[in-house]
Amino acid sequence: MPQLICRDLALGYEGKTVVSELSFTVNAGDYLCVVGENGTGKSTLMKTILKLKTPLSGEIQINDGLSANEIGYLPQQTVIQKDFPASVREVVRSGCLNRCGLRPFYNKAEKQMAEDNMEKLGIAPLAKSCYRELSGGQQQRALLARALCAARKILLLDEPAAGLDPNAAAEMYALIEKLNGGGITVIMISHDVAACVKYASHILHIGAGSALFFGTKADYLKSEAGCAYAETGEKT
Amino acid sequence: MTAIMDKLAFYFQYPLVRYALIVSVLIALCSSLLGVTLVLKRFSLIGDGLSRVAFGAAAVAAAFSLNDDFLMVIPLTVICAVLLLRAGQNAKIKGDAAIAMISSGALAGGYLIMKLFPKTSNVSRDVCATLFGSEKILMLTKTETWMCAILSAVVIAIFAIFYHKIFAVTFDEDFSAATGLRAKVYNSMLAVVSGVVVVLAMNMVGALLISALLIFPALSAMRVFKNFKAVTVCSMLISVICATLGILISIVAGTPVGSTIVVVYAAGFFVFGGAGIITRRG
Repeated sequence: MPQLICRDLALGYEGKTVVSELSFTVNAGDYLCVVGENGTGKSTLMKTILKLKTPLSGEIQINDGLSANEIGYLPQQTVIQKDFPASVREVVRSGCLNRCGLRPFYNKAEKQMAEDNMEKLGIAPLAKSCYRELSGGQQQRALLARALCAARKILLLDEPAAGLDPNAAAEMYALIEKLNGGGITVIMISHDVAACVKYASHILHIGAGSALFFGTKADYLKSEAGCAYAETGEKT
Repeated sequence: MTAIMDKLAFYFQYPLVRYALIVSVLIALCSSLLGVTLVLKRFSLIGDGLSRVAFGAAAVAAAFSLNDDFLMVIPLTVICAVLLLRAGQNAKIKGDAAIAMISSGALAGGYLIMKLFPKTSNVSRDVCATLFGSEKILMLTKTETWMCAILSAVVIAIFAIFYHKIFAVTFDEDFSAATGLRAKVYNSMLAVVSGVVVVLAMNMVGALLISALLIFPALSAMRVFKNFKAVTVCSMLISVICATLGILISIVAGTPVGSTIVVVYAAGFFVFGGAGIITRRG
């Protein structure tokens, strides 16, 4: 069942088109990886799906009664977060805010959900630690736990392994795979082609100006775009 | 010691002094709450910018001989605050440059207007009083006292009700907006609050010293504490204690109210800086 359908999307900022003619479909339970070089509009695509930006043209159809408060998002880290005094628990709980509506405080169920998600991602012992003093991998886990608190059906991840050492990155991918196995749809941006090819079910490859490829992983590996990219990916 | 107590007791007979203390504590609470968010959002200088806008607005209000200049100063400052904080991310002229531009422009304009339409014979004294604070906090009218008290109460209530939302918007605006929180609404709310707090705090320490009220408590608390709740609570306490001490000292020693308060805040920062070093080692 399609959860998300994008038709003829054109994206860009300040009137300049970065990428156009993007069409793809995401079904419930899919693991879609978006690959492509810097500046091809991957992050812009994600922000458009999240309705943080409006597309220049085309449409995004979100089915299944999926509304903003059922989407989890793992953004790239910001400068502000580097010295922010916040405990892991405070960060993770803030993912529940979209369930609160006008209620000013968290209820028991939401607090419990935050604890469960920290447990799930193996950061429960760090609940009281200061976010900025964690390692990169632990920080990403905290942000992923927060995303899980917000997500019910779909997770959007913007380079979840950026800046992590190979071990931490592998752990991160394994966690995401486990979550996807649990039934959550995953859309992930990544530069790590090897990981994409290993874990994803579908690939969207954006080239300069338009989509080079969209389809299943198996088809991608046979395609021209896939071969070229996979080779350069392996070299680096 | 008894001499000091006697002197304080003597001054506190006067309702004006008691009002001044109450209003100052309320303003100190507001500014410390707001300061935590502003410092973390990298908007530490916004207080400086806005206070100069308020200075310019006050000069215009004086030129028109308005009695309650609050009615003109607060709306103008709030408008500038909204423009600066909301346009900040996308504007062609980026945050700090926009603040620098507005603050020097408003300061120059305000001084020019004060010189052209002098209210009293001693313009330099008026300017100095507005910039560095005067004994105005000790001479508030009843209306002004109520106005300060009500506005401060509203600001504190806003922070209590929206505490978690303000945390989320400060920590990660994109995530909040993406998951369905109305980040823009909360940002505008913070901008309005900034405008109001700056105008209130101007009565207390003057236009040039406002930044101290906003940033010292937050920075001091961050030296020692590492989660948002503790930082918020601690900076409230620091602010209340420092403001009270500052006023009492200025009454006893006869020093200028504004600069005394700010020096006490600065001293507080060094105390907490030291405590931070010790706790990190220990």
